[in-house]
Amino acid sequence: MIAPGTRVRVRDDWPETRGPCHIRTPHYVRGERGTVLRHLGDFANPEDLAFGRAAPRLPLYHVRFARSDLWDGGGPAADDILIEIFEPWLDEVAA
Amino acid sequence: MEKDRPRAMHDLGGVPRYMCDAVDTEPHELTGFDREVDAIRQILGMKQVMSVDELRRGIEALPEADYRRLSYYERWLCAITATLIDKTVIDEAALRSALEQAS
Repeated sequence: MIAPGTRVRVRDDWPETRGPCHIRTPHYVRGERGTVLRHLGDFANPEDLAFGRAAPRLPLYHVRFARSDLWDGGGPAADDILIEIFEPWLDEVAA
Repeated sequence: MEKDRPRAMHDLGGVPRYMCDAVDTEPHELTGFDREVDAIRQILGMKQVMSVDELRRGIEALPEADYRRLSYYERWLCAITATLIDKTVIDEAALRSALEQAS
């Protein structure tokens, strides 16, 4: 379990380059750093459900990213982006 | 930051070419076809033949040209059909002959 406030890096992984898959971690956030806001509960892994396989329940987190870390350009400096990400996609990093 | 990686056709978050297009937030009128496809998907879910997750995988697996050409519920129907054939719930040859008889 990852505690709220923990700094994480989203795995820089591209399953869609390896073959059929269904993933819920957006292209634009992979490899990026954010902060876990809260644990939302444990849910059956959609990456398995998509193939009709037995799907273990995995912790799902709200992860907050600074918009300026994801994209350059305009917009208020304080903008952030909240994304639901399953635990296997997250690695804890030093703050 | 923008990544030099191939992008699945449905995974469009942050793609700059959409920045100048207003988002269409008007409700879309559903056709009879749309409602039928939706009903089929709900029945398949209730009978545990096929899940929403499998539907999404099927939509994402469509050839890109088809994905762009088809309407929202046409994508659903193609994905449902491919998934049911894949799971041997329906037989492709039987489906083809039924379609020929219907047309």
